[in-house]
Amino acid sequence: MNDTPKKPKKVLNKSKVKIPMREQDPKNRIMNFDEVPLGYNADEAHQEALRCIDCKNKPCVAGCPVGIDIPAFLTLVGQKDFEGALKKIKEKNFLPAICGRVCPQEDQCEMVCTLNKPNKGREPGGIGRVERFLGDYAVEHNLDIMPDIAPPTGKTVAVIGSGPAGLTAASDMIQKGHDVTVFEALHKPGGVLFYGIPQFRLPKEILLREISGLEKMGVKFVMNYPVGKAESLDSIRERFDVVFIATGAGLPWFLGIPGENLNGVYSANEFLTRVNLMGGYKFPDGSDTPVKKIKRIAVIGAGNTAMDSARTAKRLRPEVVYLVYRRSRLEMPARVEEIHHAEQEGIDFNLLHSPIEIIDDGKGAVGAILCQEMELGEPDDSGRRRPVPIEGKVREFAVDTVVIAIGQGPNPLLSADCPELERDDRKGTIVINDLMQTSFENVFAGGDIVTGGATVILAMGQGRVAADAMHRYLMTGDPSDPEGEHI
Amino acid sequence: MGNKIVYVKELAPLTKLFEIEVAHIAERGKAGQFIILRVNDEGERIPLTIANRNPAKGTITLVFQEVGKTTEMLGLLDVGDEIHDLAGPLGKATEIPSGKTVVCVGGGIGNAVVWPQVQALKAAGNKVIAILGARTKELLILEEEITALADVTIITTDDGSYGRKGMVTHALVDLIEEGEKIDEVITIGPVVMMKFVCKATEPYGIPTQASLNPLMVDGTGMCGACRVTVDGKTRFACVEGPEFNGHLVDFDELITRLAYYQPEEKSSLEAYHRCHMDETTDNPEHGE
Ligand SMILES: Cc1cc2nc3c(=O)[nH]c(=O)nc-3n(C[C@H](O)[C@H](O)[C@H](O)COP(=O)(O)OP(=O)(O)OC[C@H]3O[C@@H](n4cnc5c(N)ncnc54)[C@H](O)[C@@H]3O)c2cc1C
Ligand SMILES: Cc1cc2nc3c(=O)[nH]c(=O)nc-3n(C[C@H](O)[C@H](O)[C@H](O)COP(=O)(O)OP(=O)(O)OC[C@H]3O[C@@H](n4cnc5c(N)ncnc54)[C@H](O)[C@@H]3O)c2cc1C
Ligand code: SF4
Ligand code: SF4
Ligand code: FES
Repeated sequence: MNDTPKKPKKVLNKSKVKIPMREQDPKNRIMNFDEVPLGYNADEAHQEALRCIDCKNKPCVAGCPVGIDIPAFLTLVGQKDFEGALKKIKEKNFLPAICGRVCPQEDQCEMVCTLNKPNKGREPGGIGRVERFLGDYAVEHNLDIMPDIAPPTGKTVAVIGSGPAGLTAASDMIQKGHDVTVFEALHKPGGVLFYGIPQFRLPKEILLREISGLEKMGVKFVMNYPVGKAESLDSIRERFDVVFIATGAGLPWFLGIPGENLNGVYSANEFLTRVNLMGGYKFPDGSDTPVKKIKRIAVIGAGNTAMDSARTAKRLRPEVVYLVYRRSRLEMPARVEEIHHAEQEGIDFNLLHSPIEIIDDGKGAVGAILCQEMELGEPDDSGRRRPVPIEGKVREFAVDTVVIAIGQGPNPLLSADCPELERDDRKGTIVINDLMQTSFENVFAGGDIVTGGATVILAMGQGRVAADAMHRYLMTGDPSDPEGEHI
Repeated sequence: MGNKIVYVKELAPLTKLFEIEVAHIAERGKAGQFIILRVNDEGERIPLTIANRNPAKGTITLVFQEVGKTTEMLGLLDVGDEIHDLAGPLGKATEIPSGKTVVCVGGGIGNAVVWPQVQALKAAGNKVIAILGARTKELLILEEEITALADVTIITTDDGSYGRKGMVTHALVDLIEEGEKIDEVITIGPVVMMKFVCKATEPYGIPTQASLNPLMVDGTGMCGACRVTVDGKTRFACVEGPEFNGHLVDFDELITRLAYYQPEEKSSLEAYHRCHMDETTDNPEHGE
């Protein structure tokens, strides 16, 4: 099918490629923790928005997990009505400054954009970039676009976990007139957005500003409150009319190879938490949480978490940062942009290398990591070619630090305390029905705790679906009752 | 913030007891559990055991030794001050038997952890023998509180300045050799001490729980900093512990892991001391 419109609307900017985004130069940026992409200015955003041809089927809208009316907001930017565009986005997504930065757009809205014709050298509309511009524009111009808040319903909602899923549900529920309290185990809100994704990719100030917006809307935040420990889920269930669990996938996986408990071996979560949440890059002036002086480091894995770890490590100025991954480039799960940034910053990629042992330096710390070299064999069931060891080929990397970034499982803190809550025994995820309801009638769940590690926008999308179901449940007693929508 | 300090007492040099208002932890905390706190917004998260609690008053008691920057800054706080962040109760509670004879072996600051254990064990109708060790008499803490609860309390000091001279392990082995029928031993203190307590009970086949104190960051199972090896398997002490079967714990690994940041901790403390001196001379550049 040829989905290029026969008679395109008047195309205002015929550029085949996106308006480029200015970035910090790689040589400079590895010396600081400041943001790497600098964002569009008003003119650039305007020009980029004009590339959208407002095509007939608007596939981009379905490509966005929260269904933002993308052509509508781009058209408004094309008319330089930035405030109107922002309002349009906020109907569906209250964190544009964040999603514009961290969404894997190339797999979502932009992938399906009609303009996207890589074989013809044509790039999709820069949806994420314009979205980011609008989010930042709101900050710069102090536009507090407060959504309308329905009259109080007298119903109470507890949200457990303050990552993107929890924040979205909290925002939606307060707008529907309910009384919302968010409980967070750590001392700062935001989940992975705070403790995982580094400052140079998502500045903390942006996150904290978005969260203060929620506070202004009336959402109450209780920090340092690990539910299941500080209070049982049963007690929360009694105190609140409905509960949303959004505790994320915070359980780090290790490789299970010898030497993994040597000093200098970190999970990506620990490494990133020390540096991001605890500000360890400022140690000892400005933070009391130590981060070791690293000389040579290997990061294992190739997802966003691995890229974030490698790039974070680079900014601590070691001699070398190796990235070690057992499959090939094609399978690297990280966002293309992040891989590109990592390469620009001089991360040394070692693909088709599978770690087999971490070697002691003789003092109980890491001395080296031993890897089996791999090659691509026959395709497996998923059609991907499986890596198989090359007989007799092992390679040793001399390093003093190893970061394991091979993924996370569901956070077990809450479910460990409440065995009656139904879980998938194998994956550890909380089981929900298609209305996001758990085995307890007044408890819903969403985000990484039900999907396993996924993305920010998917977690937000689930927060929204759950909020709608919880609202129907509160108003009619039935989460699927469409009547509930109109109350 | 909350977390108001309502009572402060110096138990020994560099060792303080704080009573703090945190109603939900006072209500739910159990023997063996701990909290994690931060002193200020740049502060490190450090774990401290819940040494006592008073649900009626809504307070918990912490006993800590000033060994580094965070505990020193904590020691500067006084009645009426609030602790910036305080989360808990974390970790698993001690499994408390009933109708058994249990020996609690504490050393140094570990006696602060023994205190709630003895309370819980007595409440469940056990015979409790407490062996409390210290380097020297003036460092012995909570003697009165524990003696008042335990059936028998034996004190040891390394230098013989008080109680029996020698190590807690000697007192323990003597007790066993004298024919005391011991069902279980719980030990809390310096890692080396715990290691030797476990070695001492192993030949007699007496089940021994050791309360481990690895470095921690979040305390909620999210980072793995607290990993310890028990029976050849990696366990996260903050959520699966802190108590484990002492006969299966790899203590040497724990000792090595605990020492990893020593140079950094030391430099941080030195920088803090320097900064403090500057403050008194009113140097505006070091205002923070
Ligand atoms: C390093 C890293 C980089 C990533 N980069 C990207 C990216 O570029 N783009 C993208 O789309 N996705 C990315 N992801 C994935 C994305 O961040 C997650 O999918 C998303 O944050 C999940 O949101 P959530 O709300 O489900 O959970 P989380 O963000 O994990 O938040 C859960 C929160 O719940 C709290 N909590 C847990 N248990 C309890 C309890 N018992 N009581 C109270 N609070 C509790 C936790 O402390 C945490 O704050 C990345 C993930 C990581 C780790
Ligand atoms: C579950 C648990 C319960 C604890 N309960 C108590 C308690 O009730 N009272 C108390 O005084 N302490 C307790 N600790 C130890 C306490 O957490 C440390 O003393 C504290 O973190 C030191 O912080 P700092 O910044 O003052 O010192 P740092 O500068 O971090 O360290 C100073 C020195 O202490 C050593 N050290 C650091 N952390 C530990 C640790 N976890 N164990 C042993 N040595 C350490 C360092 O290697 C260094 O030599 C407990 C630890 C754990 C894990
Ligand atoms: S939220 Fe993400 S997927 Fe949706 S339009 Fe924005 S960048 Fe695209
Ligand atoms: S962004 Fe792309 S898919 Fe969406 S309306 Fe514009 S041209 Fe069509
Ligand atoms: S302290 Fe982070 S997992 Fe235990």
